[in-house]
Amino acid sequence: MLSRTADHLYWMSRCTERAENLARLLDVTYQMSLVPQTVDAEERNWGAILALNSLESAFAVSFDRVTAENVLRFMVADSHNPSSIISCLRSARENARAVRGTLTAEMWESINVTWLEMRTQNFDSILAGGVSEFFDWVKRRSAMTRGVTFGTMLQDEALSFIHLGGKLERADNTARILDVKYHVLRPNGDEETTDFYQWGALLRSLSAFEVYRKVYRDVITPARVAELLMLREDMPRSLRACTAGIARALDLVANAQSAETVRRAGLLSAQLRYARLDDIMAHGLHPYLTDFMDSIFDLGERINSDFLATAS
Amino acid sequence: MSAAFFNEMADAAGRPRPHYQAYADWLAASAAERIARKRAEADIAFRRVGITFAVYGEEAGAERLIPFDIIPRIIPAQEWRGLQAGLRQRVRALNAFLHDIYHSQEILRAGLIPREQVENNAQFRPEMIGVDPPGGIYAHIAGVDIVRAGDGEAYVLEDNLRVPSGVSYMIEDRRMMMRLFPELFSLHKIAPVQHYPDMLLENLRTVAPRGVVDPTVVLLTPGAYNSAYFEHTFLAQQMGVELVEGRDLFVLDDVVYMRTTQGKQRVDVIYRRLDDDFLDPLAFRKDSMLGVPGLLSAYRAGNVTLANAIGTGVADDKSIYPYVPEMIRFYLGEKALLNNVPTWMLRKPDDLAYVLAHLPELVVKEVHGAGGYGMLVGPASTRAEIEDFRARIIAAPEKYIAQPTLALSNCPTFIDGEFAGIAPRHIDLRPFVLSGSSIEMAPGGLTRVALRDGSLVVNSSQGGGTKDTWVLED
Repeated sequence: MLSRTADHLYWMSRCTERAENLARLLDVTYQMSLVPQTVDAEERNWGAILALNSLESAFAVSFDRVTAENVLRFMVADSHNPSSIISCLRSARENARAVRGTLTAEMWESINVTWLEMRTQNFDSILAGGVSEFFDWVKRRSAMTRGVTFGTMLQDEALSFIHLGGKLERADNTARILDVKYHVLRPNGDEETTDFYQWGALLRSLSAFEVYRKVYRDVITPARVAELLMLREDMPRSLRACTAGIARALDLVANAQSAETVRRAGLLSAQLRYARLDDIMAHGLHPYLTDFMDSIFDLGERINSDFLATAS
Repeated sequence: MSAAFFNEMADAAGRPRPHYQAYADWLAASAAERIARKRAEADIAFRRVGITFAVYGEEAGAERLIPFDIIPRIIPAQEWRGLQAGLRQRVRALNAFLHDIYHSQEILRAGLIPREQVENNAQFRPEMIGVDPPGGIYAHIAGVDIVRAGDGEAYVLEDNLRVPSGVSYMIEDRRMMMRLFPELFSLHKIAPVQHYPDMLLENLRTVAPRGVVDPTVVLLTPGAYNSAYFEHTFLAQQMGVELVEGRDLFVLDDVVYMRTTQGKQRVDVIYRRLDDDFLDPLAFRKDSMLGVPGLLSAYRAGNVTLANAIGTGVADDKSIYPYVPEMIRFYLGEKALLNNVPTWMLRKPDDLAYVLAHLPELVVKEVHGAGGYGMLVGPASTRAEIEDFRARIIAAPEKYIAQPTLALSNCPTFIDGEFAGIAPRHIDLRPFVLSGSSIEMAPGGLTRVALRDGSLVVNSSQGGGTKDTWVLED
């Protein structure tokens, strides 16, 4: 397969996944903002979303205050913000368009229709229609694209690069959400101040609320949330599940120069597989997640140079 | 004026011509609501599938749908056989001409075409002198534009020998017609066209460099912002070959490779949809980001086939067009089967004087222009536009040719807007002629229709649409 084709597939998948994760995060934050809270808390919650994507300074260029509406406007429909939902969907579609010959007709149609429908919207029409309805739409379109992808694509190298992009993006997103929310929610490291609603919201943003109940059958504690989102093999958005998926996909596409990348992906996956929560917490969750995100970034760079780069 | 136009569907008395009779009966018996619904369905389907083309000069990346008309253009078998013979002859002669001017130049030495007309032509590539492409084929894919004038006779308007486009619409229009109106295909014996990508792939494989047994064919595109990008992806997918951009290829020791996730892979045949100028920044335009450095050298070494060859533009240039009947006589010893449109060459003082005196009735074209840009249609222009063009001609007469305004034939077409309904619109025909070990073509071609009332310009960039083209079998 052409390196450039693999590159487009990989980014198409990353952008689709990113749009979905963003919709989840924004939706939950929005839902939470409906619960009575102080102006301080509102600013902290919405500011965390900007911090999550390192967008504070880009945001400050166009907006003077961190409010629910401003952050939503910036993260949903601002096409100058490369991390906004509209930008992710556009980019997913541009990448798909560049390799539409490699996609099945249903896949291309799904991604193209998502973009065509997105294009008819602006922030005011989204507000008027209800932001939660909009986020549902994003998740639904993403689910649909994923469904036709796995339901129609030949299971060859192309699909492996789609897997690789999706899993890498998801691993990064889960780690970021956990890292930022953990700090917002436990600024003092004080176990007693656990806010049921906020932790519930975090779980919901990762479709993990029901999963948590099913797995633990107990009250929500930060440590268990961290365990679920990092170390559970059977939780599809956990770091462990994502890294296992990355390692599997890399095994399938391995080439003459990728041995070190395959090794590092395998190592990362094994580390999560055999990690103990107590050790992580003793080491500190934030440094641990920072290391993890660095490893994911490193893998992304290595995948790029081993498989995707078009410069010789 | 309108009496002078040939009507494809009806004769002078307004009765359907025999080959249109079954269709006319069907149309008369079809409920208007059903037709309207089907037209809307076609529109939605084309947009969903993304059969669009980018338009130059509009917002970057803007995509527009090429309007599709549901009334087919029907050609009887007998007439198609005549056209086919004429096209074969013409393309053979054009390939012979290209081989000649890049080798012994006999036609120039015989004095049939002025030497400077060829050698000073911007499309003439001295790099190609002495190069021997496999099979002596230069124009592997030709898109020859044919119109029918008031007398009912077919004329060749131009020979597109560089990177002719539109064949994907020929195939998609057929697919759409079969989906919308399957019953029409049991009422008529319509020659199929969907095998064109197979013919093309077969053709490209037969022109691989000598000694290559199982050639790797790729399609080279300028990229997603090219107006014909849809077609590039379509053809690559239908042929099952890689769609590559310049940056996907590189040349090592005069051999072309593509970069793959498993390392480098050798490329034998490049169906390129990129103009000569952009092919190789080392040989042609230095600023080209779209090409492959070293490609010309690999090509000259005979390690890769380019289809079409470099330097074919000199044969489809409007200043060379008037000599095509001469070429047919010279190389084949035959009389041209297809008519050429009488053409005034404004570099000749007599022709210039005549044309300047008759601008309001003529069509003037830039010698190197294409796509309906940079032309004057006298009868459809205002005085100011004509005077503006006159100044441009006088400033550089050698850059223009002129032709009588052809009364392009009409075909009934659905139109929207204030006078919604069926109205006559002018059409042309672009058959796609493939040259390899033999000369093949899919029956018919792409019919383009000028949707604006009275317009004679069918180019999609100028608001033209397309129709399915039926060649009826006996």
